[in-house]
Amino acid sequence: MAKGVWIVAEQRDGAFRKISFELAATARKLADQLGDEVCAVLCGAGIEGIAGQLGKYGVDRVFVADSPALEPYTTDAHALAVAKIVKENDPAILLLGASTQGKDLAGRLAGKLATGLATDCTDVKIVDGKLLALRPMYAGKCYAEVAIASFPQMASLRPNVFPATENPKAGAVVKFDPALEAGQLKTKVIEVQKDTSGKVDLTEANIIVTGGRGMKGPEGYAVLEELAAILGATVGASRAAVDAGWRPQSDQVGQTGKIVSANLYIACGVSGAIQHLAGMSSSKFIVAVNKDPEAPIFAKADYGVVEDLFKFMPEFAKECKKLLA
Amino acid sequence: MNIVACVKQVPDTEAQIKVKPDGSGIEEGGIKWVMNPYDEFGVEEALRLKEKNGGEVTIVSVGPQRAMETIRTALAMGADRGIHICDPAFDGADAYTTASALAAAIKAIPHDIIFCGQRAIDDDSGQVGAILAELLGIPQVTVITKLEFTGAGVKVIRPIEGAQLLIECPLPCLLTAQKGLNEPRYASLPGIMKAKKKPVDVKDAAGLGVSVANKATIVKFVPPPARAAGKIICGDDVALKAAELARLLREEAKVI
Ligand SMILES: Cc1cc2nc3c(=O)[nH]c(=O)nc-3n(C[C@H](O)[C@H](O)[C@H](O)COP(=O)(O)OP(=O)(O)OC[C@H]3O[C@@H](n4cnc5c(N)ncnc54)[C@H](O)[C@@H]3O)c2cc1C
Ligand SMILES: Nc1ncnc2c1ncn2[C@@H]1O[C@H](COP(=O)(O)O)[C@@H](O)[C@H]1O
Repeated sequence: MAKGVWIVAEQRDGAFRKISFELAATARKLADQLGDEVCAVLCGAGIEGIAGQLGKYGVDRVFVADSPALEPYTTDAHALAVAKIVKENDPAILLLGASTQGKDLAGRLAGKLATGLATDCTDVKIVDGKLLALRPMYAGKCYAEVAIASFPQMASLRPNVFPATENPKAGAVVKFDPALEAGQLKTKVIEVQKDTSGKVDLTEANIIVTGGRGMKGPEGYAVLEELAAILGATVGASRAAVDAGWRPQSDQVGQTGKIVSANLYIACGVSGAIQHLAGMSSSKFIVAVNKDPEAPIFAKADYGVVEDLFKFMPEFAKECKKLLA
Repeated sequence: MNIVACVKQVPDTEAQIKVKPDGSGIEEGGIKWVMNPYDEFGVEEALRLKEKNGGEVTIVSVGPQRAMETIRTALAMGADRGIHICDPAFDGADAYTTASALAAAIKAIPHDIIFCGQRAIDDDSGQVGAILAELLGIPQVTVITKLEFTGAGVKVIRPIEGAQLLIECPLPCLLTAQKGLNEPRYASLPGIMKAKKKPVDVKDAAGLGVSVANKATIVKFVPPPARAAGKIICGDDVALKAAELARLLREEAKVI
């Protein structure tokens, strides 16, 4: 019978992505309810050394495939490797991150394992011994509780939503051979163009400062950049600002941009169109700064300030700097 | 070149979504149905490839009768033919069942490149493309923002957190489209007229030889979690308001 709660851990350049710890801690919680163990799969090259770190977040065993063919990530190689070890061990539950890599891998694995997958979940729990996942649909306009009839019961978890609670376990490292053959690997990463700005991606950011059409032009963002530097935040944009060419596409938050889940989301000069709200409403705290008291963004905001942003934001940046000094 | 674009009909992004009182689904009355915006990018890219390299574009959609309008929209944009997989058996189909139906239809026709959207904006699941690629036994690259056809294959750009990947992939392959790939065209009036005469095959589950095998089921639809009412920070003095917000974020919310 299918048994155990498994995660697919994610690393890049030999360091774990934060989502891996969120996955481990969540798996631990589920496994404790089931009286099962937590196992992780970790794929890459030269990564055996970091595998044990997952123990800190509640992983009992880490299955490691260490091979040059697994670096950089390709769907072909990782899906084959993970599917192999999962099939050999028959876990009851398999969790992945809903990061760009996790989403790509999860779909392909669901196909390979011919099982059900709930994507981008914001809650998972055990009900009657089975996984029950909660996930937003229709851009968060409604949610669905999803149950999975096949094994492993797969879910991908939205980054930044689940706490990475520490709960030390053995984290024993078990190596496995992914048995990859060159003929099976069709796609090839020929270049990685890194963003050298050091900016944390919006989907992983703890704090986001977003500017909309109210910023009036690309120059307006200077004050948001300044605040972001003080808070360690990432600057985002509404589609209006992206379409106007003020900010790159990769900054867009919303239904046709990035779905983010920040601890603190500050929206400046954003009206709060339904498509924008779709991308940010699972953030924990939302602040709106807008000169129009009727702007729909205020309905979603924990804290609202009705003010001209060009007057308010510099003052606010000053206050934050004072407070954090 | 034989290009396939999968399109799904979805509620438009402005639609108010209301959960039925018994949680069994959403109220469909009053919804305006449109082509999934990410599928528009796929159709547009398919048409551009055809215009440059020759070939045919086939549109495939699984959906109720109204989905025919969306297929016609794609034909009006310039696609050549359609396959409409229409069977009440597929109502409420999960990603695996939908991908199985698409795979059965696509296996029967020549295909070099298949486009899907990176996700459908109704179920927001983003997995049909990958499952379809697996069922067809072909490679995938998901969430692409740029495509170059090289003859034997494609070179695509896939943005990830903090980087862009340039990926090479041989044909046949499946690609999922992200915003930024192109600007989809509108259907022209002559295009709309022509679309009426273009062939659309209607297939059901039996005709395709697929059975419904849902693996993920929605137990219940629920409204979004409620947010506590917010606080408006009042006053005339901008500096005082700024100080108050900073204080609340630090002491009450504890987020800075
Ligand atoms: C298919 C589709 C997909 C879409 N996807 C997205 C998406 O992913 N993301 C997205 O954001 N949008 C999306 N949109 C667009 C969306 O409908 C809105 O048009 C857009 O979000 C508006 O951006 P905005 O709030 O910046 O601009 P506006 O709606 O113009 O709002 C500007 C706000 O700034 C305020 N303001 C102006 N000056 C000042 C000032 N000096 N001080 C303070 N406040 C000021 C105004 O009061 C106003 O509320 C989509 C639309 C469609 C049709
Ligand atoms: N019913 C369907 N008919 C045709 N294509 C679909 C259907 N459902 C999903 N797709 C394709 O798969 C993509 C991803 O959908 P999803 O996995 O549901 O988010 C969509 O953008 C479509 O291209």
